[in-house]
Amino acid sequence: MKTIRIGAGAGFAGDRIEPAVELAEHGRLDYLVFECLAERTIALAQEARLRDPEAGYDPLLADRFQAVLPAAHARGIKIISNMGAANPRGAAKAVARIARDLGLTGLTIAAVEGDDVTTLIDGLDLPLVERRGRVADLAGRIVSANAYMGIGGIVEALGEGADIVLTGRVSDPALFTAPLVFEFGWEPDDWDRLGKGTVIGHLLECGAQVTGGYFADPGYKDVANLARIGFPLAEVMADGSAVLTKVEGSGGAIDLRTCKEQLLYEVHDPAAYYQPDVVADFSGVGFTSVGPDRVAISGGKGHPRTETLKVTIGYRDSFIGEGQISYAGPGARARAELASRIVEERLKLTGVVIDELRLDLIGIDAVHRGAAVGSGPEPAEVRLRVAGRTGSLRDAVRIGNEVESLWLNGPAGGGGATKSAREVIAAASTLIPRELVETRIAYEVA
Amino acid sequence: MKLRELAHARAGDKGNVSNIAVFAYEPGDYAFLLEHVTAARVKAHFADIVDGEVTRYELPGIGALNFVMQEALGGGVTRSLSLDAHGKSLSSSLLDLDVPDRQSERR
Repeated sequence: MKTIRIGAGAGFAGDRIEPAVELAEHGRLDYLVFECLAERTIALAQEARLRDPEAGYDPLLADRFQAVLPAAHARGIKIISNMGAANPRGAAKAVARIARDLGLTGLTIAAVEGDDVTTLIDGLDLPLVERRGRVADLAGRIVSANAYMGIGGIVEALGEGADIVLTGRVSDPALFTAPLVFEFGWEPDDWDRLGKGTVIGHLLECGAQVTGGYFADPGYKDVANLARIGFPLAEVMADGSAVLTKVEGSGGAIDLRTCKEQLLYEVHDPAAYYQPDVVADFSGVGFTSVGPDRVAISGGKGHPRTETLKVTIGYRDSFIGEGQISYAGPGARARAELASRIVEERLKLTGVVIDELRLDLIGIDAVHRGAAVGSGPEPAEVRLRVAGRTGSLRDAVRIGNEVESLWLNGPAGGGGATKSAREVIAAASTLIPRELVETRIAYEVA
Repeated sequence: MKLRELAHARAGDKGNVSNIAVFAYEPGDYAFLLEHVTAARVKAHFADIVDGEVTRYELPGIGALNFVMQEALGGGVTRSLSLDAHGKSLSSSLLDLDVPDRQSERR
């Protein structure tokens, strides 16, 4: 029976590259998928493209393709990625250049576009989802709007013979279900198989998060050889059943626990996981250990897709100013707390307009706030962090300045002050009718 | 005893919503988690952080509970003032929850 081997070469934009090379060289793969786009990443990419029309694709795209293309080309492994980000066509051109520089020929590179609905969204007064308000409330501040595309463009490009498919915003699991639909000829309304494919894609999309990454807790959940962690691959059959594994000899682990944790990662209602191509149902998914670092997946299913696509809107929201300074030795906490009160008062005295202010004592209460403050002895060092939201860059800068000036005007022994100020491109979401989104594909040849 | 002795957990973010999935190490402890790790307790544990509702989904097949916490991430990863803007470390914090002692040895 035909089995397709799909590997995950990245789980986020900044992910490690060496395990992807290991997969390409030793994974006996048919497909290598790089998932590199998130809410924050797409907004950053849109900003980059606004500054430079040639930019806007993944900053690590060149490093990744230079590293994996020789092995992928030699073994006929097809590559699918959303590294196109805000500029899939620019990304395809860049990959073609890299291939030529490496002396590799005979490659067709597809750029799947259509997810950018910025001009479309401005004219539609749609309600926002997951919060109050409407798209019209963001008028004049919208910098980007990208729809979560489904498998359509990728399947079409593979049908046209593409060896490499680069997309913009595509639902993460779709990067994995698209080659399955293409290879096995699954029907677009075969909801159960699309649901099973979504389970597989969801487990793979975060890379090492299913091979023991983001899992180890010494003494409770020990993972061997984490420094050399391998990325996952799935052996998938035409009926949608699959075994999850990794390259033999790589570090990390795939077991029932790592699979369970990843199954529910970023999932809300497990019975209704909304995707562009299917509403996947994870509620009956089960895992069986079928060998060392081999887990069989069972029980995923699906329900008919919705008539809308989710759109992530990036908009100019505010500015964040930040400053930090450290206090150490006896009384560190008391001095940091004094510094914190001084900064808060000075910001009021000087009339800095702040919408939201946060004062963190790092090492005591910065991460879990009131929920998990330790009861141990006083810490040997405390770092004060002041972060505030403002309506202008000028006010944001003044927050960091008030922290830095503690050097000469604050408690004893403050050191290591840093400051920063930046504009926030925030994300909001809405739903648009799917027929308004048109897939376009451009091809480059190397 | 602490929830950590019986369960492991992972947090994920989507917009301003955080989800924390909690998994019994031993299948026999699932009913115990069901009884003692309620949405109300999770909401109370994160009272300083979570402004919205907490919903619990149950997955007996894999011995898991999934807590979905609305308005939990200071506006979400793109605009949060938090150092951990994704709220990824919230899962470990939840394992600090106190639960009644279990007699048998665990892990």
